[in-house]
Amino acid sequence: MSPAVSLRPESFGALAYHFGNRRLTFLKNPRLVAVVQGLAEQPDVGGALAAAQVPGTQWPVYLEALAGLADGDMIQPLDRDPADKGDAV
Amino acid sequence: MTSTTVARPTGGPLLQQFEYGLDAPICLTWELTYACNLECAHCLSSSGRRDPRELTTAQCEAVIDELQRMQVFYVNIGGGEPTIRPDFWHLLEYAVAHQVGVKFSTNGVRITADRAQFLTSTDYVDVQISLDGATAEVNDYVRGPGSFDTALRALRNLRDAGFKDAKISVVVTRQNVEQLDEFKALADEFGATLRLTRLRPSGRGADVWDELHPLPEQQRTLYNWLLAHGEDVLTGDSFFHLSGFGETLPGLNLCGAGRVVCLIDPIGDVYACPFAIHDNFLAGNVLRDNGFANVWRTSELFAELRSPQTGGACAQCEFFDSCRGGCMAAKFFTGLPLDGPDPECVQGYGESALAAERVRPDGGRDHSKTAPTRNQPVMLTLRRREDLQAPPMSACAENPLAGFVPDAP
Repeated sequence: MSPAVSLRPESFGALAYHFGNRRLTFLKNPRLVAVVQGLAEQPDVGGALAAAQVPGTQWPVYLEALAGLADGDMIQPLDRDPADKGDAV
Repeated sequence: MTSTTVARPTGGPLLQQFEYGLDAPICLTWELTYACNLECAHCLSSSGRRDPRELTTAQCEAVIDELQRMQVFYVNIGGGEPTIRPDFWHLLEYAVAHQVGVKFSTNGVRITADRAQFLTSTDYVDVQISLDGATAEVNDYVRGPGSFDTALRALRNLRDAGFKDAKISVVVTRQNVEQLDEFKALADEFGATLRLTRLRPSGRGADVWDELHPLPEQQRTLYNWLLAHGEDVLTGDSFFHLSGFGETLPGLNLCGAGRVVCLIDPIGDVYACPFAIHDNFLAGNVLRDNGFANVWRTSELFAELRSPQTGGACAQCEFFDSCRGGCMAAKFFTGLPLDGPDPECVQGYGESALAAERVRPDGGRDHSKTAPTRNQPVMLTLRRREDLQAPPMSACAENPLAGFVPDAP
């Protein structure tokens, strides 16, 4: 998850707010929230999906959602150049 | 007031989840003071004079601490004119330091070159300059003499200081709706983003709504313009009543009052929405009722707003799904039933509702100045009677040329 992003739990999932680009995104179900939170602890996206017990048939949907989040800079690769950290809170 | 708590459905569209309310607001407006240097004719909070009960600096800091705990990511600060509170700049820094981003609305009076420099160097701050005409003539008509120049000076200072992406906030009226392209050009000139919002009959706006609100054909102009410029222009999702024209406008097409939206006023009163400063929409007070989070989560009024609403007369209409009956505040302050059509219903049901018998509610809190100052707008236009060539002639006129109108050479 981008260091500029805060997650706020909601009954339907969570709100993610990016303090840098001021984007508000809705994570529409609790499992997606678990995936996003698990990303940092897992070696890769597949690991995070597995850890959150996402059924294999739903992987494409989740991967699409994650791609959308990456486009909005909500999530980013861990090994990104530290000089390019964006707006840390 | 009675309310029954209805269980929130799991899953389903996001919009439905919003109808049941969130754990904390997404769009929180906080008016810091009722004091204002201007006396805009359509002020939605009837501002002018400071209220002696306004929250102290320490109390404001406590509210910010609470917003941080609730993870309200940003707050829209307004007034009155918030920047004339002596502790405004301190509170702004305090909020930003506590992960509460600030977007504040101002008429620009305190945005000097130095302040513009300071704002440029502060992260998570957005500045919104209010302007209700693309020319001084149209703007000053409702906002008062000199207010156009003040706003433009502020925009110039911000641009010169390198402030990125200020907002120009426009309330769309009958007089300025033809200037939308000029507003856009002005925003482009200052590297700013245009924000258009709807005129509500709230506060002093109730007194002038009849002569300021866009005419039915102008609503269509506005709708077409918004469709053409949708992505480049912010609207605060305030024009969802226009969705009745057919195509849904971008944004949240839903009344968010008490569900995702609310207002904290200068004395700490919490209202369902910034356009509803009236006892009927008062949910509680941050000082008396154990803080904002408690009001947001336990207020009976909010529970009622979050329970499924009936469409009333509108439920029959084929466009109900797109406009959802329009704006609650607009209906309330024009004396229309809350489950009926919006006064500006684009299908024309508003006009017939307005023509029927109705009782407008009292204006609610009024902090207007008791005596007019030189900043008060004078909503009169000097014009000639084009049908008259000369003053009326007295029946006793003795001049032999009395009443003589020479033919044009």
